[in-house]
Amino acid sequence: MIRARKLGKRFGEKRVLRGVDLDLEQGGFAVVTGPNGSGKTTLLRICAGLALPSEGELEVDVPRAAVGYLAHEPLVYRELSALENLELYGRLYHVPERRERTGMLLERFGLWDVRHERVASYSRGMTQRLALCRVLLHDPQLLVLDEPYTALDTAGAELLDAQLAELHRERTLLVATHDPDRVAPLATTRLALA
Amino acid sequence: MTYFADVRALARKDMLLELRARDTLPAMLLFVVATFAVFHFALPERSSHLAASGLLWVAILFTALLGLGRAFVPEREQHVLDGLVLAPCDRSAIWLGKGIATLAFLGAAELVALPVFALFFHGVDAATIGAVALADVGICAVGTFLGAMAVATRARDLLLPLLFLPLAIPIVVGGVGASVVSSPGRYLGFLVLYDTLFALLCWATFEYVVTE
Repeated sequence: MIRARKLGKRFGEKRVLRGVDLDLEQGGFAVVTGPNGSGKTTLLRICAGLALPSEGELEVDVPRAAVGYLAHEPLVYRELSALENLELYGRLYHVPERRERTGMLLERFGLWDVRHERVASYSRGMTQRLALCRVLLHDPQLLVLDEPYTALDTAGAELLDAQLAELHRERTLLVATHDPDRVAPLATTRLALA
Repeated sequence: MTYFADVRALARKDMLLELRARDTLPAMLLFVVATFAVFHFALPERSSHLAASGLLWVAILFTALLGLGRAFVPEREQHVLDGLVLAPCDRSAIWLGKGIATLAFLGAAELVALPVFALFFHGVDAATIGAVALADVGICAVGTFLGAMAVATRARDLLLPLLFLPLAIPIVVGGVGASVVSSPGRYLGFLVLYDTLFALLCWATFEYVVTE
């Protein structure tokens, strides 16, 4: 599903990614690790289709509509409620049975009771849960998750563990994390960036 | 049909955001009314009809600039533009939805501004109202496009007026012309041509503004 050869990225004179090779088959689970500034986010943005590589080859065998990308930022509007944000994304992704799916995800991630409240009033952890709902809303084939455990409490992290275990082998996952042990049992590919 | 449903969803979102935050339309209203009040006292008594018509267009242009400067603030603050760009809808729908919302805010500001102008200076005829409506379309088409370009840069507050004002000169020429001549058809036609040309250009190239 993803095949990268000697992938590199420069921002002006600064090189943030160099010579990355990655093979990720359908149903695979790749874990990307590395210190701060090693290019994890850049690699994920390239694979999600948000940035172009400066050098190398990349094949991502999945249409844009089937990619779910979790960024550092939640990519939701703070002045809208959780329901309104998911309604917007549901419309843009043309999600069938949008309301049922939105309700199911909000219920699963413990946001149903606060679905009408503005995201600005949410804690960081709640916002991250909403971001996960947004990513899963259109049932993507390829999930690109950048530090998905950020800001989640124990219950939220366990919820995400369960979600990843459920998606494992059915969906293709590319996950950047500082805590690779957490997803180690699921990983089929490891990529350490220096 | 799907394209217009996407545009509708995006424009509705912007209007909802404005209803909640209320930080664009009130600022535009206050600015345009304050500008007319300042011009009213700054101009000598019995100043010419031509000068007042020119001031109307200056006020409209800078009021629009105020709204355009705020247009992509919600997307910038939460990096939501990435989320919209990743969605499978045509990227030009982002521009059109944002443009329609900005047009609605500008139109609402002008609903107050034109009577205030008539109160302070002179009456507004049908040709001027038609020219304002046509100018709004061009302003919002070009301004939304440039707003998306500027939002990606650090000098966004400086860049938008620098890019927008030179491109708005034809709008001022057409608008002032339609407001002051006895047969404004030629100027209104010029505004229609400007709107069509720039709207098509912005629609066709917006994708390259929001993607790398």
